[in-house]
Amino acid sequence: MATTYTLISSVTVGSGGTATISFTSIPQTYTDLMLVASTRTDRASNINDELYVTFNSNTSSYSWRRLLGENSGSSDSGSTRTVFITDASTSTASVFGSGSIYIPNYTGSTNKSYSIDSIQENNATNAARQLVAGLWSNTAAITQIDLTSSTSSNFVQYSTAYLYGISNE
Amino acid sequence: MTATYEKIATTTLGSAQSTVNFTSITASYTDLIFIWSYKQDTDSTVYMRFNGDTNANYSTTGLFGDGSTTSSQRLSNNSNGIWFRSELISSSNFNSAIYQFNNYSNTNIFKTVLSRANNAGEMVGATVGLWRSTSAISSIEVWQGGTGFSSGSTFTLYGIKAE
Repeated sequence: MATTYTLISSVTVGSGGTATISFTSIPQTYTDLMLVASTRTDRASNINDELYVTFNSNTSSYSWRRLLGENSGSSDSGSTRTVFITDASTSTASVFGSGSIYIPNYTGSTNKSYSIDSIQENNATNAARQLVAGLWSNTAAITQIDLTSSTSSNFVQYSTAYLYGISNE
Repeated sequence: MTATYEKIATTTLGSAQSTVNFTSITASYTDLIFIWSYKQDTDSTVYMRFNGDTNANYSTTGLFGDGSTTSSQRLSNNSNGIWFRSELISSSNFNSAIYQFNNYSNTNIFKTVLSRANNAGEMVGATVGLWRSTSAISSIEVWQGGTGFSSGSTFTLYGIKAE
């Protein structure tokens, strides 16, 4: 039986925290990529933080539309790097945000579209879930993915991220 | 390593095509995952039917955001199949849709299908579809009435085992 869902690499943040979770030298041998993350940042005085998803260290040519639920629903769009919500310093202790990014045809020569589902949970008000349609208008194959805080905060210890390759061969 | 996520079939279109079929789907998995990477030349609603059933046994409930407003819509007793909004299909970029079929071969229950679909230029959506049949899903037909999915569109069906 062919293995079609393979762990490429994983990151577990250590006691000092880190500003960037990075996957580099991504093999070009799969059809799609799936990144699964459990994260929390030290953003001060806030229950949540937005993560940037950056491909190949390129910070331009992104666009997205978002469906956001946080007690009520809303929708917005943007042209910054695509957003991914997570928990931050004033969220209930030990609660980490969860999310996944699905990137089909990441080695193709077309612009890269992707899907992001993420949540920021909290044992109080102000929890959130968001669904994002993202587009990176760049035809380069994706060889690197970075997660960073949009507020220049750090990921705290025990944050994890796993990158899987999915093959339809 | 035990493989629990296995490709069943994949189709990459060599030319525009309005119908994509997966047949003879084995019942040996627990769940199915259906991944689309798709584009089309003109907007048109897409539907998905199972086992060739063209009766009014399908319904869909969707939650959508277009970048400024949210909406929810529902289609019931539809014979065309599970509904896929045309705004979720781009004519300029390939986009992604992910369908999840839980318990697709259980002959005691009707079949539900969860989806996430994306078009960063127009809309993001999440839907649930229902096929009111206890038959195991053995074939899937994706179709639309327009000019068809563009060349290069890819559809892949995976099986997942809980064993």
